[in-house]
Amino acid sequence: MDNHWRATAHELHQHFVEGKISAEAVVSSHLQRIAARDGEIGAFLHVNEEGALARAKEQDGWAEGKRADHPLSGVPVAVKDNIVTRGMPTTAGSKILRDFMSPFDAAVIEKLLAAGAIIVGKTNLDEFAMGSSTEHSAWHPTHNPWELSRVPGGSSGGSAAAVAAGLTPLALGSDTGGSIRQPASYCGIVGMKPTYGRVSRYGLIAFASSLDQIGPMARSVEDARLLYEAIEGVDPRDSTSTAAPSATLARGNGPWRIGLPREYFGEGIEPGVRAAMDQALERLRSLGHQLVEISLPHTSYAIATYYLIAPAEASSNLSRYDGVRYGMRVDGHDLVNMYETTRDQGFGAEVKRRILLGTHALSAGYYDAYYLTAQKVRTLIRRDFDQAFGQVDFIVTPTTPDCAFPLGSRDDDPIKMYLGDIFTATANLAGIPGLSMPVGLSEGLPVGLQWLAPPFQESQLFQAAAALEAVLPKLPWPTGVDHE
Amino acid sequence: MNNGYQVIVGLEVHVELKTNSKLFCLCSTQFGASPNSQTCPVCLGMPGVLPVLNQEAIRMAVRSALALHCQVHAFSKFDRKQYFYPDLPKAYQISQYDQPLAEYGWVGIRSGNGETHRIGIRRIHVEEDAGKLNHLGQRLGDATGSLVDLNRAGVPLVEIVSEPDLRSAEEARLYLTELRATLSYLNVSDLRMEEGSMRCDANVSLRPAEYQGELEDLPRVEIKNVNSIRNVQRGIEYEVQRQSERLAQGERIVKETRGFDDATGTTYSQRSKEEANDYRYFPEPDLPPLELEEAWIKNIGDGLPALPEAIREDLASRGIPSKDAEVLVLDREAYEYWCAAADLYEDERTLTNWMLSDVSRLLNARGESFARASVNPPSLVELLRLIDKGTLSGRMAKEVLELMFESGKSAAMVVEEKGLSQITDTEAIRAVVLAVLREHQAVVADYLSGKDKALAFLVGQVMKRTRGQAKPDLVNQLLRDTIAGDRE
Repeated sequence: MDNHWRATAHELHQHFVEGKISAEAVVSSHLQRIAARDGEIGAFLHVNEEGALARAKEQDGWAEGKRADHPLSGVPVAVKDNIVTRGMPTTAGSKILRDFMSPFDAAVIEKLLAAGAIIVGKTNLDEFAMGSSTEHSAWHPTHNPWELSRVPGGSSGGSAAAVAAGLTPLALGSDTGGSIRQPASYCGIVGMKPTYGRVSRYGLIAFASSLDQIGPMARSVEDARLLYEAIEGVDPRDSTSTAAPSATLARGNGPWRIGLPREYFGEGIEPGVRAAMDQALERLRSLGHQLVEISLPHTSYAIATYYLIAPAEASSNLSRYDGVRYGMRVDGHDLVNMYETTRDQGFGAEVKRRILLGTHALSAGYYDAYYLTAQKVRTLIRRDFDQAFGQVDFIVTPTTPDCAFPLGSRDDDPIKMYLGDIFTATANLAGIPGLSMPVGLSEGLPVGLQWLAPPFQESQLFQAAAALEAVLPKLPWPTGVDHE
Repeated sequence: MNNGYQVIVGLEVHVELKTNSKLFCLCSTQFGASPNSQTCPVCLGMPGVLPVLNQEAIRMAVRSALALHCQVHAFSKFDRKQYFYPDLPKAYQISQYDQPLAEYGWVGIRSGNGETHRIGIRRIHVEEDAGKLNHLGQRLGDATGSLVDLNRAGVPLVEIVSEPDLRSAEEARLYLTELRATLSYLNVSDLRMEEGSMRCDANVSLRPAEYQGELEDLPRVEIKNVNSIRNVQRGIEYEVQRQSERLAQGERIVKETRGFDDATGTTYSQRSKEEANDYRYFPEPDLPPLELEEAWIKNIGDGLPALPEAIREDLASRGIPSKDAEVLVLDREAYEYWCAAADLYEDERTLTNWMLSDVSRLLNARGESFARASVNPPSLVELLRLIDKGTLSGRMAKEVLELMFESGKSAAMVVEEKGLSQITDTEAIRAVVLAVLREHQAVVADYLSGKDKALAFLVGQVMKRTRGQAKPDLVNQLLRDTIAGDRE
């Protein structure tokens, strides 16, 4: 068995364009790797074996020029299962969408296909992307390739684990409060949440509409950028997408002023995470960048704000799963009973918890105290960032206060699970782009560093992350799975 | 006042906008297509879909709002109104809650004494329609199943909410009639209550003479989805009577929703509002706020056509009797027909008479409308000119008009083919007159003895012999002159 699965997306595409490798060999290599390793990892919900091979063979018939015109030709991509795909089931990790086949492709899928990407399958997630561990999938949990007894993070845990373990070089995730960056951090890969509005949400199964963004996951900054550039851009089908051009940084290629918010470096950060962060910050200093302490004073309200807004929107977005038109239906003795039993049996505990939270937050008599207040605080959090970016070019924080935790360890404590989103949810509330990249290991588990940038500065974000990546030692392959 | 209670009525009118496509997707809005043939993932509420606002619907809504004297807000937003029902695919309706498109308008109505007064419009907002359920069985209660048709789901609506300014069922009728007439000139809706493109809910309460509180706080009954203006009036009449009887018996009025039974003219309880839904409105995160440029709004206002009030004044200034004018104003097609004809014909009163009597009668008999009449305005004018020239008598013209409707031919062609031209040749008529007088000397004697009716008989005889083509006043004149001459 050849080792194409070890290559980066850039390498694969380049070699394919030059005729050094066939797309079929690339896809076969990854499919074999999935067959061999995914049994213990559980990253995939659906493997698109026939479809991927057929597409690979078709691309092998392309002339060099056509291959070069498609920036992702010859490159496998995995897709989080809350992004709808024609010809493959889309379940969002929920029983209520068991065997659901979407009649259309998401906007990002259209873009991927137009760019030549070969979709190898759909990846596991917490049900409807609600969770931080991928344990809340209705189908099975996903295991962290670094240590199989630990979670990969979530909710894009399937995509993160698949990329980390070499089951695919690229994967799409979605990020509502950290669902790309946190699993990227836990699995030692690069994950990026674009500015709200940068990538079309058309075809992303909505969790919290004002926070959701689709973004790339990869093993290098360069690869993440390759995937990002294939999916970004305004879409007339998503009225919240924007055509805003990339703003240019005041200080071009640096040195940059990098803000370290004191609220993100306080209590509660594991020592190993702190140590890896310190080393990375030292590297940034040695590159000539200026690190300055800043304050984002409303940070402590972020989790409360997030856990009002996100469930409120979710309670509404998930109302359509009522058993009437598609998905699961459990017959009842009348209409209301059909609704109740369908939703009772179709949704898992975490989804029900959030629907309840959100329904309560929007109820008459509570709306002002909860939802409206949360929206006001959201404005304050956004303002914090506006002010900070008046002083600095980027903000750097740990992605998470900890490393991947053992499966089952937070089952009884949803609040602790929610608090894990503390460093990531603010970017969603403010609508700004964020990127997590691996900066070292703590007791054998990856540590992620998060870059935050002003709205629509994805290009600069990739540039900064790549500069840091270049001076850091490369992480080894994850230690929890066999790489022979 | 009714048994010492003042009638308080407010109306909520839903009007379907006749855009080509739905409010948030590209599906057709055509009425009457086979079930679910006009649907797509967006209006079916499939996972992953997003709404995209139809700009044309907003333009039509703004036109409506401006025609109803509303203030159109440069900034408004969409909200989700949430409830579960099989005709609502997303389980929420995208509507506008606390920041509607427009507010503070009015409709002028004329009471019996001819005075106009204004009924306030509280707000106008834009929202999507729900689908339709077809219940299998006689009534919802014992239906054996229901079929969902989502062709209507997502069709754009404006909801026009009046202030509780109406004081009788008759005023409600006048308000709806004027509202519909006004909107009809804007070309924004079919306004067919029987097809549901205009729907009305009526809120009815009775205010005791001593009551000083807010009208909103009176217990009110909502009569839902009545299918004609006449039935709205009947429903309110019944409800006023029912409530005043209850109150007279010392009972209290329950806040509830009631349906209207066309067959009996009564209302019946559907659901109590005390167990009403909490709709959990919140701002629609999938749509940015609706921001309209003032210049754009003004431009729409400047482009409004003449509306009923202005048309009434114009017709009055042209000497059209107000009763006739009212018929024209309330029927836009008739008015447009009238305008087209009046551009070609000076005697507008005669034109109006012909239109509202003979043309109307023939249209009704043939199931045609003014907009698609077999005889168009230039053809009608051609006919009227033949009368003016003396070619046709009024009576002949009626006959010719009927033949024009039947054959689709012009007045001149009908006259030509049927040889119907009026005989105005005095000598030709005189010969017939002399013959008739000779044959009916007894009748002539009657006439001479003062029986006026006898002359009518003689005229009839002449007309009969000339197959109705003799010019009647000429016949009259000749008869009188000849009889008078014979006596001398």
